[in-house]
Amino acid sequence: EKSKTSFLDKLGKAVAGKSKVDDDVLDNLEEVLVSSDVGVNTTLKVIDRIEARVARDKYLGTDELNAILREEIAALLSETNTGNAVDFELPESNVPYVIMVVGVNGVGKTTTIGKMAYQFKKAGKKVVLGAADTFRAAAIDQLQIWADRTEVPIVRQEMGSDPASVAFDTLQSAVTQNADVVIIDTAGRLHNKVNLMNELTKVKRVMQKVIPNAPHDVLLVLDGSTGQNAFEQAKQFTAATEVTSLAVTKLDGTAKGGVVIGISDQFQIPVKYIGVGEGMEDLQVFNKFEFVDSFFK
Amino acid sequence: MFDSLSDKLDKALHVLKGHGSITEVNVAETLKEVRRALLDADVNFKIAKEFTNTVKEKALGQNVLTTLQPGQLMVKLVKDELTELMGGDAEGLNLSGNPSIILMSGLQGSGKTTFSGKLANFLKTKKSKKPLLVACDVYRPAAINQLHVVGDQVGVEVYSEEGNMNPVEIAQNAIAHAKQNGHNVIIVDTAGRLAVDEEMMTEIANVHKAIDPQETLFVVDAMTGQDAVNTAKAFNDRLNFEGVVLTKLDGDTRGGAAISIKSVVNKPIKFIGTGEKMDAIDVFYPSRMADRILGMGDVVSLVERA
Ligand SMILES: Nc1nc2c(ncn2[C@@H]2O[C@H](COP(=O)(O)OP(=O)(O)OP(=O)(O)O)[C@@H](O)[C@H]2O)c(=O)[nH]1
Ligand SMILES: Nc1nc2c(ncn2[C@@H]2O[C@H](COP(=O)(O)OP(=O)(O)OP(=O)(O)O)[C@@H](O)[C@H]2O)c(=O)[nH]1
Ligand SMILES: [Mg+2]
Ligand SMILES: [Mg+2]
Repeated sequence: EKSKTSFLDKLGKAVAGKSKVDDDVLDNLEEVLVSSDVGVNTTLKVIDRIEARVARDKYLGTDELNAILREEIAALLSETNTGNAVDFELPESNVPYVIMVVGVNGVGKTTTIGKMAYQFKKAGKKVVLGAADTFRAAAIDQLQIWADRTEVPIVRQEMGSDPASVAFDTLQSAVTQNADVVIIDTAGRLHNKVNLMNELTKVKRVMQKVIPNAPHDVLLVLDGSTGQNAFEQAKQFTAATEVTSLAVTKLDGTAKGGVVIGISDQFQIPVKYIGVGEGMEDLQVFNKFEFVDSFFK
Repeated sequence: MFDSLSDKLDKALHVLKGHGSITEVNVAETLKEVRRALLDADVNFKIAKEFTNTVKEKALGQNVLTTLQPGQLMVKLVKDELTELMGGDAEGLNLSGNPSIILMSGLQGSGKTTFSGKLANFLKTKKSKKPLLVACDVYRPAAINQLHVVGDQVGVEVYSEEGNMNPVEIAQNAIAHAKQNGHNVIIVDTAGRLAVDEEMMTEIANVHKAIDPQETLFVVDAMTGQDAVNTAKAFNDRLNFEGVVLTKLDGDTRGGAAISIKSVVNKPIKFIGTGEKMDAIDVFYPSRMADRILGMGDVVSLVERA
């Protein structure tokens, strides 16, 4: 709320018809963006874009400058983020549609899977979960509780078993059951651990023995309170598994999750979902304008 | 890999070389690089600004008296200042109670349950204590189970009450249980919570009040970005915690959150987590952390090269 008043105050000083943004406004914009974890690089990029745009179009008042800011920031989010998806839709092209969920430790993978299962089931889809985190203490029990809550079947093995084998079993079971969508949970792993990243590549490869073009979606989950390290996460997980979409969690807190702007821009990966709580219903389809607006609140 | 600050300072040092003395102008250019490196390392925006101002004043004040080159001086000043910021008395844990009570707090997924297990193991093996782990996370699916698995891994008893949704009661009963069974340290694991979740913050404040712990630890993910200050401040306002635990430092994050937190609450960072396994715990070294944040493997060699 502090940044809002000061930022909008400065914006209020803007004079109509200007073709240059005041340094004050730019300094303030820098503070708002960096404080939202957008990062210095992306912030400079945004500022350049705004300066270029204003030099070309001028602006007629605060509202217009505000709209320009919003558009230019949002424009960095991957093109595929149309910003108007409202539903938890699944492409019809691949049945079952296989989603593999990856990310570093504790970001919210398992919880996000529970929430997705709830949404897909509500949309009338037949969902199967695969408990391929066989490492973390009680990870399988945790996913089991989500499966019970959402009343969807789960495929699991013992703790310590081979995650690739769990993924294989899950896909086979899903095919037999005529499932519409399969979601595979994986153990959290830091992206600088080569062996663990290779394991992920293997899990992915083994799935293709059952369904040749699986997984159809590799969802990287990022914790909304993570800072610039999320860049390396996106980079390394993309290298290991060709990430195709992002989910940003814990946006019900005070963290803004701005780092995904640069990630989406650089890697051209769309943000699909945001997590806004620990409950079953606390998952939303990403809306880029709402997201950008939250920086200024 | 990241551009390291040493590379950047090397660049900035070229600006300084040939001047022989630090002026308002060349110090500003160098500090711009320093500030940027701090922001890239997730040091809070305001704190990075304050920090560079402090360094600037010190640099300008000392320049005539020193025999060091201006560039060398800058590197040393930045490093020393950071180390001092994160340092302070490296206190251990206060284990004077009988039993001593340790309360874990922090955001969701920061590593509280894992660290509870590591700490129990550390106290058992290194300090010859007989710890009791207490499961006060009554919300997260399988949280109690998780603590039991962790307790089994380190051979430490876990106290839990299936079905009881009242953490205050569970914690109090655990203390009675510990006294009866000769446990001299109690480690209370709690649910992750957001600082803005009033109900949950009140809950942990109530637990804190009821059990009056010798040590309340704030567990924070080292990858945390700009929000670290808000969270640390909010938890400290409610719990007045004794120390901080920085987890997941086995990653490649710079961990600038460490400076932000230390600056805003002025509490020592007591432990770091360096892996998922139960022995991946270490004490905190301010100077190593300063190197890490600045991205300098070896500042000394940089100074010698300059
Ligand atoms: N407030 C909030 N908490 C969340 C959200 N998503 C997940 N969490 C919490 O974050 C913690 C970690 O979530 P998990 O789903 O276990 O995370 P994970 O990535 O599966 O963790 P690992 O498997 O250990 O790597 C849990 O306490 C969740 O309840 C969210 O959107 N908001
Ligand atoms: N690599 C690494 N992983 C860690 C470390 N500490 C914890 N983890 C992992 O981080 C994830 C979350 O840890 P937990 O101990 O469940 O975190 P928590 O704070 O208890 O989570 P909630 O109870 O959901 O709030 C797990 O996958 C842990 O294995 C660490 O120091 N390094
Ligand atoms: Mg998980
Ligand atoms: Mg826990």
